[in-house]
Amino acid sequence: MSENLNSENKTEVIVVGGGPAGISCAVTLARAGHQVVLIERGKFAGAKNMFGGAIYAQPTREIFPDFEKTAPLERKNVTHKYAILGEKDGTVIEYTNKSEDPVSYTVVRGKFDRWMAEEAKKEGVILVEETVVKELIVENEAVVGVRTELEDFYANIVVVADGVNSLLAKQIGLRGDIETKDVAVSVKEVYKLSKEKINDRFHLNDEEGCIYELFGGSMLNKLGLGFIYTNKDSVSIGLGITLNEFENDDTKPYEYLDKLKKHPLIEPLIKDGELLEYSAHLIPEGGFNKIPTLCGAGVMVVGDAAMLVNNLHWEGTNLAMMSGKLAGETAVVALSKNDFSENSLNRYAEELEKTFVIKDLKTYRDLMDIAHSRKNSFFGYYLKKINSFFEMFTSVNSVPKRTLYWNFIKSLFKDRGIKELFKDLWAVIQLLWGILIK
Amino acid sequence: MGSNTTIVGDFNQMTLDDKLSTIKYEPDINSHLNPDFEQCKTCKSKICNKICPAGVYEWLEDEKKLLVKYENCLECGACRIACEKKCINWEYPKGTKGVIFKRG
Repeated sequence: MSENLNSENKTEVIVVGGGPAGISCAVTLARAGHQVVLIERGKFAGAKNMFGGAIYAQPTREIFPDFEKTAPLERKNVTHKYAILGEKDGTVIEYTNKSEDPVSYTVVRGKFDRWMAEEAKKEGVILVEETVVKELIVENEAVVGVRTELEDFYANIVVVADGVNSLLAKQIGLRGDIETKDVAVSVKEVYKLSKEKINDRFHLNDEEGCIYELFGGSMLNKLGLGFIYTNKDSVSIGLGITLNEFENDDTKPYEYLDKLKKHPLIEPLIKDGELLEYSAHLIPEGGFNKIPTLCGAGVMVVGDAAMLVNNLHWEGTNLAMMSGKLAGETAVVALSKNDFSENSLNRYAEELEKTFVIKDLKTYRDLMDIAHSRKNSFFGYYLKKINSFFEMFTSVNSVPKRTLYWNFIKSLFKDRGIKELFKDLWAVIQLLWGILIK
Repeated sequence: MGSNTTIVGDFNQMTLDDKLSTIKYEPDINSHLNPDFEQCKTCKSKICNKICPAGVYEWLEDEKKLLVKYENCLECGACRIACEKKCINWEYPKGTKGVIFKRG
């Protein structure tokens, strides 16, 4: 790394973390003609990263306008399925749109992040892999550099893009300890299946992809969701469950997934697949209320490190890219003024507030509290009731239909007290109020 | 299919070790996960034992000792956050070490 820097080991900007946030930040700076060093702890960018996953087309184009021509993409997603799973049954809602302009593409991070990092390198970013930043160097209450395993490096600005655990943001007090309710553990398994089998099982043509969002099943009454994504010739299946769920339960993360895979609706989708890779990662779920302080003197925090995940819509990489880009633009302004004070870098937080990133997180600011307090309703009771409705509706058992309907309506009140039903209704009103008006 | 190295989708048969065998690692000789073992002795929940997606932690009741199979670590950080004693000195493995996801 030293050969790229001047004799004092100093550069203009150091970005810690080669994920979507860090790379977007670094490439923005390089394009503006600045010297930027991107430090990645993995063997290559993407080696330590995991997500469901799909990346979003429009936000990615904002960083790499022509990425669709050369990036390693798996499939363009045309179908979204929402599967509400009971213990043994399930109800699926499907939305399909095969238009030319896809919203998202499935990718694997080991290829896609690596591609982004290589593109950034072509544009002048100095990429340093296999290097762990142990801590930030602070002088006179300003961040002035990073300490790696081997050497200290200095910069006018350090951008912290070190992911969900962000030990660096914590080190300098921009955030406190993460609570178990504010983060989910996700496990994923990728199964090799032939292209033809994937196309048949998910009703796709070549290049087209399908995303399943899975509710209930092995996660009934738990704050957790499952997912299935189709890649070119493999299928990713996984789930994320909030960490505090494990405090009162002996089931392990991968045991939830094992059980989910055996669900009668899911099992045929991945049957006979060969397990290619198992992986795990944390998902930030704290939302707006848990966003850390985004900047200090000489430092900005971006991406997962800043808790920028919209978990209802499964958006994260796009928030990461936008935050990285804005931090990069702010660094450009700060460099032009030669002012790296907290005040100067606060432009990043101000600009971020004007975008969908903070606006969306604000819109859903009450979502997780309500989800935690009413999880038995919305992650258990109603999921089962939706299925029992369809069980009733499709039944042919010589019982008059009116009797069936009334039995179902009675069961709603019998299985759950009026008080609880009103609490659920109140939660929905609160949520809608928060989303649409507040 | 069916050889020792491939795991076909018979989920009843698949163990955590089978899953972990699909992952590429560059193990270090020193652990990057260092719990305060004295505090582990008085920990009630032993939540690291059930929360870790790689089964890194195993409480040995007979020896009153926590076994840390750090070479299996997926570097997710769940144990660090969930540890009721907040006693795990949790670091990233050295730059050249640890897990290498190819399909994350």
